[in-house]
Amino acid sequence: MVSLTAVTDETFTTEVLDSEIPVIVDFWAPWCGPCRALSPVLEQLAAEYQGRIKVVGVNVDENPESVTRFAVVTVPSVLGFSAGHVVRQVKGAQPKKVLQEEFADLLS
Amino acid sequence: MADPLSSETHDVLIVGSGPAGFTAAIYAARANLRPVVIAGSVTAGGELMNTTEVENFPGFAESIMGPELMMTMEQQALRFGADIRREDVTDLVLDRPVKQATLGTGETVQARAVVLATGSAYRGLQVPGEKELTGFGVSWCATCDGFFFTGRTVAVVGGGDSAMEEALFLTKFADQVIVLHRRDQLRASRIMADRALAHEKIRFVWNTEVVAINGSDAVESLHLRDTVSGQESRLEVSGVFVAIGHDPRVDLVADQLELTPQGTVWVEGRSSRTSLPGVFAAGDVVDATYRQAITAAGSGCAAAIDVEHWLSSLDDPHADPGSEELSAAVA
Repeated sequence: MVSLTAVTDETFTTEVLDSEIPVIVDFWAPWCGPCRALSPVLEQLAAEYQGRIKVVGVNVDENPESVTRFAVVTVPSVLGFSAGHVVRQVKGAQPKKVLQEEFADLLS
Repeated sequence: MADPLSSETHDVLIVGSGPAGFTAAIYAARANLRPVVIAGSVTAGGELMNTTEVENFPGFAESIMGPELMMTMEQQALRFGADIRREDVTDLVLDRPVKQATLGTGETVQARAVVLATGSAYRGLQVPGEKELTGFGVSWCATCDGFFFTGRTVAVVGGGDSAMEEALFLTKFADQVIVLHRRDQLRASRIMADRALAHEKIRFVWNTEVVAINGSDAVESLHLRDTVSGQESRLEVSGVFVAIGHDPRVDLVADQLELTPQGTVWVEGRSSRTSLPGVFAAGDVVDATYRQAITAAGSGCAAAIDVEHWLSSLDDPHADPGSEELSAAVA
């Protein structure tokens, strides 16, 4: 969260939808405990797969358009994007292995 | 950088990091047992991490926030030398003198004693639509997800304290909160029941069970059935918050430890001793009756003391780890 690239309503299209490599988007909130628990796991993924995927964060408090557009109704919601489309969603704070399995297509 | 956990056989391994796990860690650390706590990679702190004000934990006259209480317990355990790792236990082998845990990373940890403090998991309705719509309007955590239902109508399923807490919290966001309970009487504590019953945004629907959760990309409605008349109906809601109880987390040990008819880990009398020597259990994984942070903390303390006796008995063959005299002497 802290060290993941912050994406906003304004930059979502450029950073996520138009990205040439897959993007994992972490929808989080400052008041969300499980989001804090998940962030080191996402940071690890970002480091391990650097260059092959991007991992970014969207603060739901500050970006209502993105929240509505992607119908986010829980945090953390982790959405995997490829070629501008959501290909997989993971809800709740999940261990690293689960994220790797769920996003296997994007990470390979 | 922390030492590899596999480099030695530890005295005690604590699995879990709620009030039971951390209290066991505090007591074990103060007894110089250098406990290793496997706290969970994304679940450290247990259920209280998802709650707001804790009003009933003794010692906090003005209440304390759940996460703050848990972080303080963790700090306290660290202060006395507990080794706390944010890892998951994926396998446990308990039926031998040196017990072994396998972690999510593949590492193994060996210990002469184990305290199981894995707590309990939210119970699901087990109805069509629940699994598919989890995170898409089906939730078990009002503090986590209530924010997304501002101005909407949501349902809460349940009749205990958790359901009342969920409902009351949701009134901060939702326009209307409908509590669905399968009986005509709440089992919540008086104070919580009264608060919820008095709240203008909360409506109660009695003798009702959820048969299915409907919606394609998000929750749209609930299929309900009257438990008395059998009559079925549809209720349009944007979200449904399930608060119908908990199931003890015994997956790792169900084939090794004796369980009670309620599915909790069996322990001997008021001790934390399970059916296997050197294996102890505390907190909600043992207790289906009280299930409070303070009772969990108390049982974590007892587990650490039981561990201490156990380890002493291994070192001194004449000591009886289970005697009442010994327990009273240490009390």
